[in-house]
Amino acid sequence: MQNHIDLELLNEVRDVKELLSNIHLNNEIMITFNLKKYFPVRLGIIDVLLRRKIYVKAVDGISFRVREGEVFCLAGESGCGKTTTGRTVIGLTLPTSGYVIYKPRRELAKELIELGYEPIKGDYFLLNDLFKVRKINKLLRRELQIIFQDPYSALNPRHTVGYIVEEPLIIQGLKDREERRRMVYQVLRDVKLTPPEDFISRRPHQLSGGQRQRVVVARALVLNPRFIVADEPVSMLDVSIRAEILKLMLELKERRGLTYLFITHDLATARLICNRIAVMYLGKIVELGPTDVVIGNPLHPYTRALVAAIPEPDPSNRLKMRKLDIKGEVPSAINIPPGCRFHPRCPYTFDRCREAEPPVMEIEPDHYVSCWLYAKE
Amino acid sequence: MSTSEYLLHVSDLKIYYYTYEGVVRAVDGVSFSIKRGEALGIAGESGCGKSTLAYGLLRIVPTPGKIVGGKVIFDGVDILQLSENEFKRSYRWKRISMVFQGAMNSLDPVKNIGKQIADVILTHEEGTSKSEAYRKATELLKLVGIDPARAKSYPHELSGGMKQRVVIAMALALNPDLLIADEPTTALDVVVQAQIINLLKDLKGKLRMSLILITHDLSIIAEIADKVAIMYAGKIVELGRMEDIYEDPKHPYTSKLLRSIPRLRGKASLEWIPGQPPDLKNPPPGCRFHPRCPHAMDRCRREEPPVISLGRNRFVSCWLHAKR
Repeated sequence: MQNHIDLELLNEVRDVKELLSNIHLNNEIMITFNLKKYFPVRLGIIDVLLRRKIYVKAVDGISFRVREGEVFCLAGESGCGKTTTGRTVIGLTLPTSGYVIYKPRRELAKELIELGYEPIKGDYFLLNDLFKVRKINKLLRRELQIIFQDPYSALNPRHTVGYIVEEPLIIQGLKDREERRRMVYQVLRDVKLTPPEDFISRRPHQLSGGQRQRVVVARALVLNPRFIVADEPVSMLDVSIRAEILKLMLELKERRGLTYLFITHDLATARLICNRIAVMYLGKIVELGPTDVVIGNPLHPYTRALVAAIPEPDPSNRLKMRKLDIKGEVPSAINIPPGCRFHPRCPYTFDRCREAEPPVMEIEPDHYVSCWLYAKE
Repeated sequence: MSTSEYLLHVSDLKIYYYTYEGVVRAVDGVSFSIKRGEALGIAGESGCGKSTLAYGLLRIVPTPGKIVGGKVIFDGVDILQLSENEFKRSYRWKRISMVFQGAMNSLDPVKNIGKQIADVILTHEEGTSKSEAYRKATELLKLVGIDPARAKSYPHELSGGMKQRVVIAMALALNPDLLIADEPTTALDVVVQAQIINLLKDLKGKLRMSLILITHDLSIIAEIADKVAIMYAGKIVELGRMEDIYEDPKHPYTSKLLRSIPRLRGKASLEWIPGQPPDLKNPPPGCRFHPRCPHAMDRCRREEPPVISLGRNRFVSCWLHAKR
């Protein structure tokens, strides 16, 4: 049955070192292999008696590599697993199976080695086990950070901006109050909340949406991280100020040598800031490639539909209906369709799609798609 | 009933909120009109007063807000002069209805959707039997593209797009002349958003109703509206046909707003409007946009610009276009 998952089987032991030596490394900072994250569903008494286990397969086997200094985008509709992926790669939730491999800075690598954790190859550490140790997870938090989507709920309304931004430093055990203050001021200046004295004692409700999002960015940056998951950082903001926050993020990336995993449902925003894009559908990556190539020449029927559905500010559109090839909405991640998971909505479905999951194929250099339409016999 | 070409004339409408901290002038002298069967888009940043304007048209401005001035002539009658009872009996929902922002999340979780739609009919049309109302509800579901057999479903069994369709069905239950839709696609995915926009377009043609579409996203307005009103800080700064405004925006705010929309095609550019909208308790003197405007002159800081007609039903409120 579909819903039964043998967790033993999922954790099939593979030599991750061997995997790593078989791929050509190209300045990667983060690598995931067959990453899965399943959430158990609360069960009724009958399910318990029958020892039935039901899972939401939020992320169902995805692999990607993020290169140092790039903006790598995960795009897709709500429920496709993009946020769960982002949270999993930085250890906010533990992966069900698969591997998260990361290259930390020298200093952190040294610390990890001193604590008895060896890199699996070169400078690369396998994070799966490190995430489980609370102390190490905290240590990794210095380099792996997140910018949350909703600046209205990500900030504690009872705390001042100063405290919100300072809190990560306190948690990391920076004792020197003056030093903490200096760092908070510096980061507030970096996100252009100037002069910092004006903002330090304000509370979130006294700020506009754009200013709040700057506070969220400042909090993520105060520990001087290296890899940042930006989870829909502008989707709650007015269109008129979105570009300002994106520009700020790009500037900070250059100045502080950051790498972003940028999560968005909006391909038009992705186009403005991302180097490469991975389109997700129901827990899998269906297409991956340079942003301009994927948006300009989408291969997967799902990507094509996404591109076609985006409204453009062109008034001639109102005279015609928007042509939508795909039907319905995303099915539940509990009952994932067999074969290609997109086949019930796909306009090109044929027999093979219902039977087997399509492999990932490289169609042109650096442009991957997972669809039977492109499989050669 | 008059048969004029115009369904709605709003003139100099003012809606203020009387808060402890001061008077918030959310809608401050707004005028526009809509023909029968026409779609008007109202665009603006959050806090510019566009939702308050819609509440005003339905006379449901929440306290401490009050309609303090202006006229709303709907089909020849100034609906602001009617008593609450009269308005409730023959206008609200019967002739003007609304799809509220986020309403899809406010459906009753313990009542099936058929009954919820039937409730609307039972409340407003006295003498309808329950079974008749339910039958009408299933017809409405069909109209908005939901299988009538789903009438027995509960909201948690429906996807976001279907819930939004249910909310639209409720607004259409009494066959209104004017439908106001406040951010009808904001919480939806792009594919579903396109489906809902198609539905609204289809309904507008089929039912020959007028539509007011309120959103911060000009590209959604471009998809559906014939006319567009750009609101800034409680005032309409530019009003005209969508094509004209899109091809040649006259107000600096409009052109900046248009350029800040991220696009899929054409040149990718990061543009935005620096600064933030003013505090409506204490708006800047003169033109309210002047602190963010690249073309601000002395006059803009002192005097409020008049509404200037540019012909072809096009209006702009900016000193740049005033004749000397």
